Parts: sequence; C-alpha cells; structure tokens
Amino acid sequence: MPHKTFFAFILPSLIAMVLFIALPIVSVVVQSFHVEHGRILVEVESCQPFGGCTTETRVDTAAMAELRAEQPMGRFNGFGTYLNRGHLAVNEIGAILANNNGFGDIVTRIYNLPFYKALSFTLVFCFVVTPLAMALGFAIALAVNTLPKVTKGPVIFFSLLPMIITPLVGSLILYWMIQPNGIIGASLRYLMNDPTLSLRQSPMLTWLSLLFYGVWTNAPFSFVVFYAGLQTVPGDTLESAMIDGASRWERIRYVIIPHLAPLATFVALVQLMDNFRVFEPIVGFSAEANATSLSWMIFNDLSGDAQLFGSAGATSVLTIVGVIILLMPVLLRTWREFNHKVV
Amino acid sequence: MSDATVSQKRPLPLNVLIYGFIVLWVVLAAFPFIWTVWGSFKVEPDFFSRQSWWNAIFGTNTQIQNDGSSFTGSGYYGAWVTKEFWRAVGNTAIVTVSVTVISLTLGTLGGYALARSGQRYAFWILIIALVFRAMPHITLVSGYLLPFFQLNIWGVLPTSIIVLVAINQPFTLWMLHSFFLSIPKDLDESAMVDGCSRFEAFRRVIIPVMWPGVVTTGLFSFLLAYNDFAVTSMLLSADNQTMVPKISSFLGSVQEQGNVMFAVAAVVSATVPLFILVLFFQRQIVSGLTAGAVKG
Repeated sequence: MPHKTFFAFILPSLIAMVLFIALPIVSVVVQSFHVEHGRILVEVESCQPFGGCTTETRVDTAAMAELRAEQPMGRFNGFGTYLNRGHLAVNEIGAILANNNGFGDIVTRIYNLPFYKALSFTLVFCFVVTPLAMALGFAIALAVNTLPKVTKGPVIFFSLLPMIITPLVGSLILYWMIQPNGIIGASLRYLMNDPTLSLRQSPMLTWLSLLFYGVWTNAPFSFVVFYAGLQTVPGDTLESAMIDGASRWERIRYVIIPHLAPLATFVALVQLMDNFRVFEPIVGFSAEANATSLSWMIFNDLSGDAQLFGSAGATSVLTIVGVIILLMPVLLRTWREFNHKVV
Repeated sequence: MSDATVSQKRPLPLNVLIYGFIVLWVVLAAFPFIWTVWGSFKVEPDFFSRQSWWNAIFGTNTQIQNDGSSFTGSGYYGAWVTKEFWRAVGNTAIVTVSVTVISLTLGTLGGYALARSGQRYAFWILIIALVFRAMPHITLVSGYLLPFFQLNIWGVLPTSIIVLVAINQPFTLWMLHSFFLSIPKDLDESAMVDGCSRFEAFRRVIIPVMWPGVVTTGLFSFLLAYNDFAVTSMLLSADNQTMVPKISSFLGSVQEQGNVMFAVAAVVSATVPLFILVLFFQRQIVSGLTAGAVKG
C-alpha cells in the first residue's frame, strides 16, 4: 500500500489519538512540573473613627484571579511535586531509613505515606487478582467443557455477567450485600457468631473484599478465553496420551496446559493492564480509608473544590511509568520478533 | 473420542465435584444480580434488613408500608422521576451510540490500512496503540481538564464523546486490524486490478464482508462508553451526566435522606441493558474475546 493511501486511511484515527491521548500526556507532564499558586496576602488596615486602627491579613482575591489568568498552569516547581510527601517522599524515606526500629517499622512507616500506600494496594491487587482469576477461570473452563450441550449456554450466559457489568455498578451491588445489614454481611455475622463483625472495620477485611470483587469480575474473561482454547486442543494428542496410560490429571498437566500456555500469556497481559487501573471498586466500596490506588489518588486530587492539577499530574506520570514497566517484557519481545521477521 | 465415552468413564466423585463446582460458580456469578433486582422492588428496611434477610424475600416491611403488596415501584419512581434519572439515561444513549458509530467509522478505515500495509511505521503505530490501551484513563483526564477549561468546552456531551472515541481507538484499531488480516488480500487486490481505486475497493468489496468483525468491535466500543466512570464523571457537568457518574453522585445525597432504594433502583436500571446485550450477543462477545487471544 502506498504511503499516501495508508495515511489517508488512518489519518482520522491518528488525529484522534494524537489530540486526545498523546497531547494530554504532554499536558500532564508539563502540569506535573507546576504547582498551584501560593495565596497572595495583603495587609488591610481598617480604622474606626474612635477605636484606633487594626491591621488584618486577607487573601487578595483580585490579585489571585489576575495571577491565575496570567499563568493558568501555576508556578513552576520542577521535580518538587514528585519528591514531596504526597508522592515519592524522598526526605521522609531518608529519615525513616536513617532512624528506625528494624525492618517491620520501616515497612509500616513507608506504607503510611500516601503514594506508597496506593502503590502497594495497586500492586497487590494486580498480582493477587490476576493469577487467582486465571486459575478460577481455567477451572470453570475445564468444568464447563464437560457439561452437556443444553446446560452450556445458560452457564456461559451467567458467567459473562460479572465481567460485562459496569465496574462501579458491580461493586455497588456487592458492597450493599456485604454491608452489616446486607445479606452476606449479616450471614457472616451469624456464621462467625460475632455480632460486631463488619467487613469495613479493618484494612485487612477491606482488602479481602476488594480482592474478592476483583477475582469475581476478572475470572469470566479468563474462563471465556480458556474455554475457546480448550475447543482447539487436538483430539489425537489427548487420545494417544490416554492410550499411553496418562491419568486425567496428567492429561491436563502435560497436554492441555502446554497447549493453552500462549493464551495464558495473553490473558495475563490484558488482566495486569486492566487491574493496574483499579479504581471503581474503591469508590463503590467507599474503601478509601483503608485502601487506595494510584488511579484513585489522581481522581481524588482532581475532584473536590481545590483541584490539585500539579499533584494529579505527578501521580499520573508515575502511573504511566508503572504501566510501561509492566508492559516492558511484552514490548521487548514484540520488538525482537518483528526485527526477526524483517531481517 | 466422543463426549459420551469420556463421561461414562468419569468416576462418580469427580462428577459430583464438577457439578458442585459449576453450581457454586453460577450462584456466585448470578446471585448478586438476582438478589439486587428482587430487592429493588422492596422498601429499605427489607433490602437492608437488620433482623433477618427473609424480610427481603417476603417483603414483610414492604407489605406494612404498602397496603399489603409485597412489591413496590417507589425506588424506581424516586430514581427516575424525583431524581431525574431519565435525563442521565437519555445522555447515556446519545453518548454510547455516537461513540460506537464514530469509533467504528474511524476504526475500520484505520484498521484496514494497518492490515494491508507491511510498512515499519504500521507496526510502530500498533505498538504505540498497545501502550495507549494500557494507560489508565484517569491519567489522561488530568491532562484534559486545564485545556478544556481554557477552550470553554468542558462539561458538554460532544467533548466527552470525542474523548471516549479517542480513548477507544487503540482497542478498535487492534481488533479490526486483526479481523481484516483474516480477510484475504486477493479480494481487494483483484478489485483494484479491475480498475477500482483503493477506497472503492474498500467500499465495494471489504465493507460487505466486514460486518461480523464490526458488530463484535461495536459491542466492545459500546461497553467501554457505557461502563466508563473515570472520563464521564470528570468531564461532564452535573446537568449533562450519564448514568454511571449520576449514580455515584446521587449516592451521597440519597444516603443522607435515607433513600438508598433510589440508588438500588438506578443501579438495576443501568444493569438491564447489559443483561439484554449479553442475552442477544453472547456469541459475538465470546468470539470477540477469543479472536484476539487465539490469533495471538
């Protein structure tokens, strides 16, 4: 295809991506180097005819508005936002490393810094939910594959629901059920024989319920992909394995799993990417006191009265760096494969 | 190897295990939805029952408050009429339909070009699209706000439609590109030999055979626009909200007034279209998810 035709075809798509993905990323980076203007204070002297004079300090709104109009980005701050307490917290970490009571103390104190708190939940969510959801999805796929045809359809229908559901709506549905006066919450109280039990009372339980939600909504995707993969397992290989006396488990272990391995890489990649942006369940579960994520931090900076664009920008840039690190193995492999093909 | 012989050989304990597991999973997947739909027709003391959740099943308090009837539509009335949820539903319809149509139009052209070009830059565009696909949407949102405020285009539907289309493009391009790869090159090439230009070949030969791929990609574009919370909640003003940010915004206000049932009814209302979608397009959703995977 000639270059000119190619670009004529792809131009609208490229313009959309450059204008609304590439440029915003530049805008985020620029923003992250700026910080909100400090408040301009003026001394106002108010005198009463007989009472003498008092001086008051007030925020000069007119001057602030003018300054904002002049420099909407705010004041240049360089890497200041990245290094402050809300983000990488370089000074605080230095202080913790210099003066601490052993390893456990270091971990707890670093965890209490907002960025690291969000980062640890994001990573835990990514790396706990992805393998568990994949394992559950694989098990469901194996089981559904043995079902008679009539029941397969409805089972697949219900299995798709947790994945297709709007994340915020899905998390609200579960959240209402696990509340102390919802059906699961109340049943757990009864089963544990603990009338004060609440899934929101400790960070541990909040994390558990969020991870449970994650597995619930992620498993169907693995299930569907693995189920399709199972249909392509060569029958001959399975049969010869049976003739060689392979047990059920051995057939899964030595025939089916190797056959599905490429699919597993694909599923793992997609789910890691999606889980890294975990955000809606934290809003849905109102879990921000005990669990936050990088996406939630950005959202929190942007919503509310004082929009902290600089802070949101810095967190966004750090998140993008995280995504690229996560994608690195795949990118390297694709690049190598492509070069191989061309040469 | 037929299914019959295998299942005959399967020992009973294994069968029990398999069926038990399937039943457990289906309950896990379906029960929250059924429970919430059922509960949305009750009053709050029933759905959020402090005494016993049998109340939610029989509607004990609903009967007391509602002249003996176990079902009430007051949650729905509150959400749709009092809280003006219908406005959000209308906005959602506009946004999702526009996003789907525009994404598919741009995506088919781009995906076709990517599939037919063997150039190095086509590969780089795909890789960059993959990185864009991985980006959390909220990281982009912080880049939109200031420019949109300056240009005075914040808060209206067209802006968020364009943003959602752009965010959706990487995925649309990938999916349609791999779909067009499976349409043989000879098809459009022979049309060009017969004297069609590239675009004519695309219009006369490719468009008639591309519908299955477009339907599947369209479903996922629809889902993205429908399910989005990060973009729509930050880019739409309170009067122009779509369903999902609307639910999240009136969650706070109804909790104060004790009308959580409004939110429950709104949540169920937002789920119904998805139910119908899965019901009719189950096959396309499954094949769409697996197409990307099986082809690698």
